[in-house]
Amino acid sequence: MTGRGPGTPDGDAVPGVVEHLFRSEAGRITALLVRRLGVDRLAVAEDATQEALIAALHHWPRTGVPASPAAWLLQVARRKAIDALRRERTVQDRAGAIRDEAERSMGDERDVRDEPIADDQLALAFLCCHPALSPESRVALTLKLVGGFGVGEIARAFLADERAVAQRLVRAKRTLRTSGASLELPGADALPVRIDSVLEALYLMFNEGYAAHEGDALLRRDCCAEALRLAECLVPHAGPRAPRVHALAALFCFHLARFDARTDAAGTVVRLADQDRTRWDRALIALGYRHFDASASGADLSAYHLEAELATCHLEAGAWADTDWDRILALYDRLLAMTGSPVVALSRIVAAREAGRPGEALDEIELLERIPAMRHYFPLHWVRGDLLADLGRTHEAAAALDTALGLAQCEPVRGLLRDRLVALGREDVDS
Amino acid sequence: MPRYMMILHDSTTALAGMAPEEMQRIVQRYQAWSRAIAKAGRIAGGEKLRDEGGKHLTAPGGTLVVRDGMYAEVKEIIGGYYIIEAADYDEAVRLSSDCPHLALGGRIELREIEVL
Repeated sequence: MTGRGPGTPDGDAVPGVVEHLFRSEAGRITALLVRRLGVDRLAVAEDATQEALIAALHHWPRTGVPASPAAWLLQVARRKAIDALRRERTVQDRAGAIRDEAERSMGDERDVRDEPIADDQLALAFLCCHPALSPESRVALTLKLVGGFGVGEIARAFLADERAVAQRLVRAKRTLRTSGASLELPGADALPVRIDSVLEALYLMFNEGYAAHEGDALLRRDCCAEALRLAECLVPHAGPRAPRVHALAALFCFHLARFDARTDAAGTVVRLADQDRTRWDRALIALGYRHFDASASGADLSAYHLEAELATCHLEAGAWADTDWDRILALYDRLLAMTGSPVVALSRIVAAREAGRPGEALDEIELLERIPAMRHYFPLHWVRGDLLADLGRTHEAAAALDTALGLAQCEPVRGLLRDRLVALGREDVDS
Repeated sequence: MPRYMMILHDSTTALAGMAPEEMQRIVQRYQAWSRAIAKAGRIAGGEKLRDEGGKHLTAPGGTLVVRDGMYAEVKEIIGGYYIIEAADYDEAVRLSSDCPHLALGGRIELREIEVL
């Protein structure tokens, strides 16, 4: 490189960098380095990865993007890791020993088999989703180390405080070190439990990315896409759990297909009942069905299977009015029996209302409301408001929707609730 | 046309926590900036310096003293420079002002090269 400055030898033809290259390479390179360096040197692996990206940031604008950006990044990361290993040693060590150990653990640079492979990422995903960590910590750690997301991005996607996310990551890494977690893919005995732990984290990751209507939509969509990607990576290694991994992947596809249809051109939230179904992503739905069919093998039946099937009920209806609510109700009965979840109970109540049974539904909501956690759950009050309105009890309906409005945090959703109140005849709606 | 040196002062800490996706966006902006300024024929040189402390030389009382630079301990370090051509400081500022170096938490010191 001479003093010619920035720009490339070819003048105008600067090759672009593939979308999300830095993010996906960050994940792949970290996985390879952690495999080579061990769980104890997680920090070395992360730092070396970040330094390689920084090096690219400084060099590529001047020298042009290399022909193989991924290989360039990996090579620089390995050198940075070796440098870090050397700095670890005290001055008393013999120079020869440092070099030998570092290079032994890093492998021969000319060895092409040292390309990051899917197994490295999978091993890292199992590590990040270790059952010793809380589900939220598993999600944050997986997104950071495997997904290549930044701490700020994770905080923004989940509407959390950035420092809180950083602290959570520090604690999670400490837990992993002290729990003696290793990087090996779990053996056959441990596999079902470890897989369930990963699936639980992926479900939460997807849900967090999907459910919020605020914050950076592109980032949240990327989190959902990462959950799907990891579920698909997991399939070949899932052994007897493969059917439920397929079920979860199907569920992700079916929901992701609707991601964009949930906001209209003006940016307002559009509920499932009102969505333009032509905006649902056909390719994702097709992929979802392939996973759904694959999930039907064997005797493994999980809550994910039922949720995926529930999603197909909506996909198969051309419009909300054509939905087979009796079938949905039956599926919710089974899901409720399996999980005992009050949130599932609420969804079931919504189905009962749509199947033409608002009175029954109202009784059941009043039972649900006795659960303390549910009292602060705004969808419960919203549904109660809708049911009361169905029965002509307008005044009580408005009061219920007011309660929901008071509890809802997300501005786009509050907008919907206000519209609903206005439609009920309320004029002085509380902002 | 007068020439100016853009001395790039890097923050040693700003990039440590930057998300990969954001770094990629900055690379792309850097490429665009480089292309534009090269196309306008205003680039006259530039180098990147290695990320290290380097050496510091002084000669107090006439005796040479050489010290290693303290890379690990400084918050800011000169990362490199560009030489650009501009009609005056206003134009030099205009050309430098959207340099993505500024997005990396660093600062640019702009100095005219003296021709006597």
